[in-house]
Amino acid sequence: MIARLTHRFGSTIARALTVVVFCILLAFPFYWMFITTFKQSPDLYDLQNNPFIFNAKPTLSHLQYLFDQTHFVRWGLNTAMVGILVTIITLLLAVPAAYALTRLTGRWGSRLGIGIFLTYLVPPTLLFIPLSRIVAELGLQNTLWSLVVVYPSFTVPFSVWLLMGFFKSIPRDLEDAAMVDGLSRFGAFLKLVVPISTSGILTVVIFTFTLVGQEFVYALTFISSDSNQMLQVGVPIFLVRGDVYYWGSLMAACLIASVPIAIVYNLFLDRFIAGFTVGAVK
Amino acid sequence: MGLNLAHRPHEPSKGAGVAVGDFSSPPLPWHQRFNWLGVAMFGPAVLYIVAIIGVPLVLAFLYAFGNVRVGTVGYEFVGLANFRSILQSHAFRQSLANSLIFTVCSQVLVIIGSSILALALKDKFRGRGLVRFLILLPWVAPISLGAIGWKWILDSLYSVINWVLIYFHLVNQFTPPMWLGDPALAMLSVILVETWRLLPFSTVILLAGLTAIPKEIPEAAQVDGAGFWRTLFQITMPMMLPIVSVAVLFGVIFTFTDMTVVYILTRGGPYDSTQVLPSLAFFTGVLGGDLAAGSAISLFLVPVLVVVAILMLRMAHRAEVGS
Repeated sequence: MIARLTHRFGSTIARALTVVVFCILLAFPFYWMFITTFKQSPDLYDLQNNPFIFNAKPTLSHLQYLFDQTHFVRWGLNTAMVGILVTIITLLLAVPAAYALTRLTGRWGSRLGIGIFLTYLVPPTLLFIPLSRIVAELGLQNTLWSLVVVYPSFTVPFSVWLLMGFFKSIPRDLEDAAMVDGLSRFGAFLKLVVPISTSGILTVVIFTFTLVGQEFVYALTFISSDSNQMLQVGVPIFLVRGDVYYWGSLMAACLIASVPIAIVYNLFLDRFIAGFTVGAVK
Repeated sequence: MGLNLAHRPHEPSKGAGVAVGDFSSPPLPWHQRFNWLGVAMFGPAVLYIVAIIGVPLVLAFLYAFGNVRVGTVGYEFVGLANFRSILQSHAFRQSLANSLIFTVCSQVLVIIGSSILALALKDKFRGRGLVRFLILLPWVAPISLGAIGWKWILDSLYSVINWVLIYFHLVNQFTPPMWLGDPALAMLSVILVETWRLLPFSTVILLAGLTAIPKEIPEAAQVDGAGFWRTLFQITMPMMLPIVSVAVLFGVIFTFTDMTVVYILTRGGPYDSTQVLPSLAFFTGVLGGDLAAGSAISLFLVPVLVVVAILMLRMAHRAEVGS
């Protein structure tokens, strides 16, 4: 009995220790962004100082520099605008497609659904060279429109897949009843299925936004000018002048751009994971 | 009723819910069997995907077998010439080897780390929400920003890691490790940062699998006298296999095709020692303007993608048959 109790106690401690160590390893860079953001430059660049604490008074000067002297705010607005447009395109394409593939086309639906999901595996780094030429041919190089056009290529497949899982859980009887009452199939989709799927659609909106905010390769490839840049490329590439790194403002920018996305993402995590694990977990 | 042939209002009891693609219904003329509404609903999405993924994919193959550069017009088929020339370049062979090392090492670390972490997080405890938030940060924050955070942590002069090592007299104050400047250390750094980035993703996937195992099974094994390790190796791990494969397959794709970590941390340097296929393709095809060579380099991603896709299809098929 005692042996078992000590065993259990020991395993609890081992578990707590594991969790703490992993938390520190994984979250440390964000703590480091935080402390760097508020440190005065002389404190930051003095090797004699203990880097883990504030050796001089905390300062807001790096944040001030970021908002006044750089295109940070502009980049944020660019990202938001691309996010909104890509979300609209994604919803218009993915919601009807997912519904049609779950309901209307029988057995072929799920096969085509898997096919669409597989296109999610084709990486930007395989397509960016031809796409850069297509973007140039369309006259979209160095504009945010290039990203608006290209980003649905990865948001649509993932959204279709997520929504298919969602629509499958809506009982067919509901639509059948509505159709007996005189609605057409498409009418039942618009007036019945879409309203009761708000939470699934909201999930798609959130993930489209986060995917747009995380994408790096296309934005780096298509957009060359400072002011047209997205947040996630502008910060690591254009905040560096020559070889000079403004670490204080750089870390402030990273922190400000990461944390909101992280919080929102956390709220919707379970649905997102369900999208990846469909089939493997029952 | 327009396009809506799927729904025949006069026989609501049976026909209404049955899609016409369902061949168990009595045979109909083809234009009625063909589901126009369905096609109208998923057609635009499929067309868009074909236009933005299918067309460039075909072009990538065409470029790789042609003489396409920025500024040139026309197309001349050159066969395997591009492949011959990239295979002779030292940078390419180095990148191919690096890509494999980068992917295998970081995936091994990710799977070991995330298995341990998922087991530790399996049961509910106080503060689990906060722990989950902290653990997920590397995955949910934009990768380019996480990587720039690491660039600061691994800085040649102000690295906090070096400060700690010097403080404990583990390294010489005047020759601290150059994390991103020494070829071997730079490779280690990009592998570890990639591991850091993908560990949370793999952990949550494994957690989803662990919570799906009915509690009674490991408990019954323990009642029957199996210890912690035996339960782990003979019960939990075999039951986890499908979900672990999901995590590995996605992880392999994400790592093998990613250039962000390498681009931000080292730009492939020093001397191509951390160059991977995607970043080399970027430098050659996008910055260098040699579309043909760049496409030929990125085509070396395809075999891995095909293998992963086949394995995923198999798993999807098995799940379909099993359910």
